[in-house]
Amino acid sequence: MRMSAWTEMVFILVVVLDFFLLASSRLKAVIRAAAAQGALLAVMPLLLAWHTTELGHVLALSIGALVVKGIVIPRLLLWAIREASIRREVEPIVGFIPSLILGGVGVALAFAFSSAMPLPTPEQHAFIVPTALSTVWTGLLLVVSRRKAVSQVIGFLVLENGVFVFGLLLSDFMPAMVEAGVLLDLFAAVFVMGIVMFHINREFSSLDTEKLSVLKD
Amino acid sequence: MFFVILAPLALAAVAFAVPSQGRRPLALLAGGLLHLAGVTALWLARPAPVLGGWLELDPLARVVLPMTSVLFCVCAVYAQGYLARRAERDNRVFVGGLLVLLSAMTVVALSQHLGLLWVAIELTTLTTAPLIYFDKSARSLEAAWKYLLVCSLGIALALLGTFFLALAGAGPGGPRSLLLADLTRAGVALSSPWVRAGFVFLLVGYGTKMGLAPLHSWKPDAYGEAPGLLGALLSGGVTSVGFIALARVVQVCSAAGESAFARDALVGMGLLSMALAAVFMIGQRDFKRMLAYSSVEHMGILALGLGLGGAAASGAMFHTVNNGLTKGVLFLAAGNIHRSYGSKRVDEVRGAARRLPISGPLFLAGFLAVTGSPPFSPFFSEFSILNGALGSGRWVVGGLYLFFLSVIFVGMGATVLKVVQGDPTGAPEVPASGDTWLTAGPPLLLLGLVLLLGLFLPRELKLVFDAAAARVGG
Repeated sequence: MRMSAWTEMVFILVVVLDFFLLASSRLKAVIRAAAAQGALLAVMPLLLAWHTTELGHVLALSIGALVVKGIVIPRLLLWAIREASIRREVEPIVGFIPSLILGGVGVALAFAFSSAMPLPTPEQHAFIVPTALSTVWTGLLLVVSRRKAVSQVIGFLVLENGVFVFGLLLSDFMPAMVEAGVLLDLFAAVFVMGIVMFHINREFSSLDTEKLSVLKD
Repeated sequence: MFFVILAPLALAAVAFAVPSQGRRPLALLAGGLLHLAGVTALWLARPAPVLGGWLELDPLARVVLPMTSVLFCVCAVYAQGYLARRAERDNRVFVGGLLVLLSAMTVVALSQHLGLLWVAIELTTLTTAPLIYFDKSARSLEAAWKYLLVCSLGIALALLGTFFLALAGAGPGGPRSLLLADLTRAGVALSSPWVRAGFVFLLVGYGTKMGLAPLHSWKPDAYGEAPGLLGALLSGGVTSVGFIALARVVQVCSAAGESAFARDALVGMGLLSMALAAVFMIGQRDFKRMLAYSSVEHMGILALGLGLGGAAASGAMFHTVNNGLTKGVLFLAAGNIHRSYGSKRVDEVRGAARRLPISGPLFLAGFLAVTGSPPFSPFFSEFSILNGALGSGRWVVGGLYLFFLSVIFVGMGATVLKVVQGDPTGAPEVPASGDTWLTAGPPLLLLGLVLLLGLFLPRELKLVFDAAAARVGG
């Protein structure tokens, strides 16, 4: 009983962090929130999968999430904003209040969707699917509604966090390779993005993707 | 089977290690030739699946792998001439990245496991993004950034879709596996709402990779700014393996009894892509961007053929080969024209046929081929898709298909003729950039292949196309 209360708490915190990410304009705070979400993800395999999955896989997932999502990538991002000396998202394409409302609609839809979709494995926790989909939605919203390259990378990270939560449903039978692939690819993608970001900065002396608008029809 | 995957990787390592700027492109040639030899041996030997069934030369792989290999070889020859002219640029990442790309495309073509398939598709995105930035200009940086961001989003959604499919088979008695053979054997035992949701996400994800409308936004920028050589490999190779990935997903949907849903979605997206390409092709002022919209159109044709099934699906498999080879001709020729004029704007470039006696006419011939003029092979594949549409009583679909094809013919023709015809005196000129055998020979060879496939299609190949179509439930 106590255990399941903790588990629910973690899920709720992840969704609350989604809202925080949508509402905050200070990039440092947003990066910290994404890092906190990554660290929370590291707790999930321990709470949910420890009795169904081999201990090695659980630890690999948990430590992988903590190191990559909770520490390494947030540090890279903090380093990037320090190098480029940017502090805040000034003019989001969609304002902070509308993004919050859209986020709320997304969460409601995620719960509606997951109650309409019968889980083939009913023994799994019922909050996994709605939390995963809300987080994916938040990530998508961040990517399309923010102008700064850093904010878009954070959005992509949050999206991947959502996918990771969904992956917990499969951790008992998915081969480890696929899961390792998830973490590695995430790292690689953001790393490459970081390099590109560096070049954008040098080329345009700013990290504003609005300047990337020469190419159009 | 491991040879065709590992040989390019090993050569990529060599390319990264070799210090000599001039010798490095030879690794590309070696990789291409070894790969082609390996693929030929595989084609003839028909080996059994390896790695517990994760890799197999199934009919879909038999369609796309030889085409990719030939295209890469031709591009590798072209690269010798191209990189020699761009000696001032560091080509370490370019050569290494192309070889890793070849390896990743091979894995996609052979993969029978949806997880492995996804990893390999992601790898094709990661390796090509830095290559688009080869010119190190602000414009190419913008193109690379858009490409990376849009494709990463697509790839992330495709992973979610893959998870949905895995979950569909997770119930009691389900396959609990992502191997195609297990999933198709489970058939209707898969949970159908999750199969549908999975298909939607995978269609969005791999559709982004293919560049189907409305997920094509990266394409004109990336193709417009990338070197012609990379454009040829992206539009001929990467999008084709994206199509194969989508075909594998359709395979699962058909087995799960959800094919009607999947096919309607594919037909709709196919027609939308053709319509959008037609709109943007008319009055296009940049001939490389025009080629990108042509690629959107042809991905639409492939999706349409896959969605219609039957004879049209077989036509779509044939069209995968034809489109890949013809795009090679067009992009390499366009690259030569771009380099000779130092511009890709239609109002500045004219008289390419006179200044570049091989590339200019090749560009025109490639245009005729890709828009489906006989006797080139795309005519026959596009015709069999039309045949499939009308044969199954889809008159509206067939009519729209013909209408878009003719609008595109006129729109693309106007742009191509402006580039090829006229008097080149007074147009901008970059010295020492005329046709040489190394830059004009490779596209000429590809055009010869396209013509040959149009005049004579071996029975063997026809059988492979039919088998591949049957695989996707045609």
